Amino acid sequence: MTRRTRQAMLTLLLVAVSAIWLLPIVWTILVSFRPATEPIVSGRIWFGSTLTLENYATAFRIAPFGTYYLNTLLIAFGILAAQLVTITLAGYAFARFEFRGRDLLFALLLLQILIPSAALIIPNYATIRTLGLFDTQLAIMLPYCGSAFGTFLMRQTFKSVPRDLDDAARMDGANWLQVLRFVYLPAGTASLVAFALASITFHWNEFLWPLVVTNSERTRPLTVGLAVFTQLGELGAQWPLVTAATLIVAGPLFVFFLIFQRQFINSFVRSGLK
Amino acid sequence: MSDLSSANPFATERVSVSSTTGSIARSRRRAQSSLLPYLLILPTFIFVTAFTLLPTLNVLHDSLFRQNQAVRVPRFVGLENFANLLDDPGFHKVLGNTLLFVVGTVPLSMALAFGMALLLNQHLRGLALYRLAFFYPTILPMVSAATIWLFMYAPEYGLVNELLRVGGVRGPNWLGDPSWVLPAFILMAVWKQAGYYMVFYLAGLQGLSSDYFEAAQLDGASWWHTIRHITFPLLMGTTLFVTTIAVVASFQTADQIYVMTAGGPDNASNLLLFDIYETNFRFQDHGSASALSVVLVLILLVFTVLNFRVVERRVTYD
Repeated sequence: MTRRTRQAMLTLLLVAVSAIWLLPIVWTILVSFRPATEPIVSGRIWFGSTLTLENYATAFRIAPFGTYYLNTLLIAFGILAAQLVTITLAGYAFARFEFRGRDLLFALLLLQILIPSAALIIPNYATIRTLGLFDTQLAIMLPYCGSAFGTFLMRQTFKSVPRDLDDAARMDGANWLQVLRFVYLPAGTASLVAFALASITFHWNEFLWPLVVTNSERTRPLTVGLAVFTQLGELGAQWPLVTAATLIVAGPLFVFFLIFQRQFINSFVRSGLK
Repeated sequence: MSDLSSANPFATERVSVSSTTGSIARSRRRAQSSLLPYLLILPTFIFVTAFTLLPTLNVLHDSLFRQNQAVRVPRFVGLENFANLLDDPGFHKVLGNTLLFVVGTVPLSMALAFGMALLLNQHLRGLALYRLAFFYPTILPMVSAATIWLFMYAPEYGLVNELLRVGGVRGPNWLGDPSWVLPAFILMAVWKQAGYYMVFYLAGLQGLSSDYFEAAQLDGASWWHTIRHITFPLLMGTTLFVTTIAVVASFQTADQIYVMTAGGPDNASNLLLFDIYETNFRFQDHGSASALSVVLVLILLVFTVLNFRVVERRVTYD
């Protein structure tokens, strides 16, 4: 096999696999524009008689996707805001301070990476009940406000800042907060952005925990809203409507991803956490 | 590879230990006896204690008590909840399904991920588009992906059977047939995850020195030979790291079951995490659900620690 034929075959393989991978989303998008009244039958599964935006309008009318959007935004960015503060402070402490019990505390912290929160939904649900926070957005957010992984990431990042910079700033009379603000944070921006993208993606997409601790339209995020929507009995198999709802839920993050593709992928590689 | 090792807290611990000893003199000089570092880690520890450390103890505690619809006030029963699980054919089924799902999903999606990364690691036109095609399922919420695949698997007009029909094959009722439902979930999981694992291999490939490949080319090694004997062994660290996250992720499968089958038909697609959810919230059996949670925590712990050992050994003796 010559180099050229091999190259051609590899390209062909690439095109074929990409096409297979894209089929589900292409079909979903097309069906979401089909008139809802035309049944999908074998042999005519791609296009209806015309393209329409009606399904999106109907989906918004049947279910409060606007509220779901606000909830998801509040939850994802609320968690992120809390995390950015907690991981920066803790990462700084573990990177640059000597204190009794430091290594033990760090090991305890890493347990959070070993025991994923999904395995603890039962006791965490009980905690939320005890705190009287059931069916609030705060209940969804609280378990994630501290992050062992984020702390670890910031500790590694801050460790690479030259000590001399730190010393010089202190010599000039800077206090710890100023040192953190002007010496360490600029060096940590890339890590924080990487962490932020992975965190937002994870919490935008999360389902089981919000399902467990919410019980009303007022508090539900998009993912739970979609699951409820698809299981509405009277909808039956109205796929044009359901696919439209699916895209309403996945759309914004997806567009965001298309714009910042490189940063997203980089973020995912660095974090190994979805 | 440097990117990857920094992504794995356990792989880099070794490095940081040696750097600590190197800077002891300096850190003595600046030793801080103040409360400040404790205050800095306090917020993180409040959350980690409340939602990881205490719950872990709680779930261990509750697994030793009977508490269900018949027994409202928790009663200590020792290891009886676990003994009941051992005798319960339903639990055997769930554990078997979970293992099958993990064994079916992980190697297949990793092999595909490796293949995709190899294909993308060339100078080709439109590379970004192919990468997007492989990676986009990662960004979709699992609930959305599950809804899409519920549609894909519809027996009469779903895209999967429609394509099979073109090939002259009459496809099964994927989600309604006990023998097809697990393969259907595996297929979907592979589609959803392969692109995610691919980016780790891509990062690994881009970190490899071209010296190896030039030498191989000079020796006249074939393409396949180079991949098998040079590329793959050099990426062993990546493979082990991806194995860990892939296995841990697969054991936490629940969202798509909720949307697509609710564990059916006949429990054929019931996996451990979904079973925990159902046992506690639908059947109100808190004791058994806690015991099941302990089993899941143990599986995840054992696997992560075991894998960390392997990674550490490889990284150390390479």
